[in-house]
Amino acid sequence: MTPRSIVLDRVSKSFGRQVAVAEVDLTLGPGECVGLVGHNGAGKSTLIKLMLGLLHPSGGRVSVLGENPTGGGGARMRRQIGYLPENVALYPALTGIETMAFYAALKGESVVRARELLDRVGLPADAANRAVGTYSKGMRQRLALAQAMLGRPRVMLLDEPTSGLDPALRQSFYAILRTLRADGATVLLSSHALAELEGEVDRIVVMNQGRKLADGDLSTLRRLAGITPRLRARLAATAPASASAALAGWLPVAGGMLECSCAEEDIVARLRDLPEAVAAVEILRPSLDEVYAAFLRRPDGAA
Amino acid sequence: MRPLFLIAAKEVRDGLRNRWVLAVTALLALFALTLAFLGAAPTGTVKTGALAVTVVSLSSLSIFLLPLIALLLAFDAIVGEWERGTLGLLLAYPVARWQVVLGKFVGHVGILAFATALGYGAAGAAVALTSDGGEWDGFALLVASSVLLGAAFVAIGYVISTLVRDRASAAGLAIGVWLVFVLIYDMALLGVLVADQGRSIGAGVVNWLLLLNPADAYRMLNLAGTPDVRLFSGMAGLAGDVRLSPGALATALALWVVGPLAAAIVIFQRRQI
Repeated sequence: MTPRSIVLDRVSKSFGRQVAVAEVDLTLGPGECVGLVGHNGAGKSTLIKLMLGLLHPSGGRVSVLGENPTGGGGARMRRQIGYLPENVALYPALTGIETMAFYAALKGESVVRARELLDRVGLPADAANRAVGTYSKGMRQRLALAQAMLGRPRVMLLDEPTSGLDPALRQSFYAILRTLRADGATVLLSSHALAELEGEVDRIVVMNQGRKLADGDLSTLRRLAGITPRLRARLAATAPASASAALAGWLPVAGGMLECSCAEEDIVARLRDLPEAVAAVEILRPSLDEVYAAFLRRPDGAA
Repeated sequence: MRPLFLIAAKEVRDGLRNRWVLAVTALLALFALTLAFLGAAPTGTVKTGALAVTVVSLSSLSIFLLPLIALLLAFDAIVGEWERGTLGLLLAYPVARWQVVLGKFVGHVGILAFATALGYGAAGAAVALTSDGGEWDGFALLVASSVLLGAAFVAIGYVISTLVRDRASAAGLAIGVWLVFVLIYDMALLGVLVADQGRSIGAGVVNWLLLLNPADAYRMLNLAGTPDVRLFSGMAGLAGDVRLSPGALATALALWVVGPLAAAIVIFQRRQI
């Protein structure tokens, strides 16, 4: 059996009467990259703080790299963890390189390695010697990502790492993320921007109101959500009337196209049966946003 | 232990960078020098050393000033980092929570010790140079106990900082604590003693009540600390009644450091970040 990086066993967390996380089971294996999606207040940050030992669970058991985060082995565990907090806050009076030197020393890392990481996240050299208080949001986020990579962590917990970043920075963030995954790190990243997670994560965990709604790869989630892909076709201008008859049941949509829904397993058969007069075909798979919306519409909220 | 010293070093660097160290040192030196020269002027032919006079006036000043400076340094320590959001990231590193509290304590007390030694030292040196000097024992005791008094209020400040959820409450509470220990406690005690007319509250009880306030323990320690100072501070006649030895007073002050510090660590361990 492969060792698990993160195991949550029926974990709950309440603040007074408010339930932030309710009986969540979650397992992450080594090298896995998992996206944690949900609205603000869905319990994503609470879950990450439970994994770090910043919060004590009200119920259930948390194990990260084989240790209880709030127990005696918590410090040993945190040596191998990289954390990027939501709404990154750093010490404004320290310069970029001083910030890295401080955090590097806490993890027993060298300043040389800290400088390498600043290069890797693309923080300009002149900015590294300026006080963090003068940084733009993008520069702060880069610096925060650099500190999360200190000590070659085996587990990366990234809370809303791309919020507030412009598209170019987002791209470079995911490029760095891919190199981290290639190094074998387990990555958990939370987001409410679902679309950008497509193609970047192995698995997606959908959270709502502290509960786990769904857990699986994107095609599994699409199936669970009960949204079928759609086919769109456009007939050639010269198409005979018989061709239109062959597409009976297809509904006209914008751009002179016809659309029908079609189960994933029937797509190939459906395409084969299309009349010759069809000039163009598109396959529309539901995006993550649609899948998420479908889960939230389910009254029981269960997957 | 390494994280503790890293955090202490960061506090000292912060203190140097935001001019806290400079401001506190300059303030203490200014007050101390002013008191030393104004206070020493009228002694003239009195048979006490100029330094003893300085000790008496400086300890009266310290009782007000040092707790205030210490609380201002400390009230923000935990709740400030929590409110600004830097605490979560710090605790996600391999750092134990007691190391955060003790690290900040070492840094803050280091700043206070530096400022006190330098500020008061300047006054002591100036007095020693311009007069025939006097007893350095009392002066050394003043500096050491002043640092201890500051440390006690830094620790009390941490208790406040770990208890509350926002900086404004912490600041309010810190001022309240300062008022109670420095002003209200003594007035209330005096009021009770006057009302009681010595019927039920004996000297022993009063001694204990004085130990329950770090500022009073500090006052007793300095005003009755050495024979020369005792003479000048008017405590000589009281010496028979005061059964508290300097050792007991110093121990009380030390307990006022250790107790609140331990409490702050325990509260911080339980805090949800």
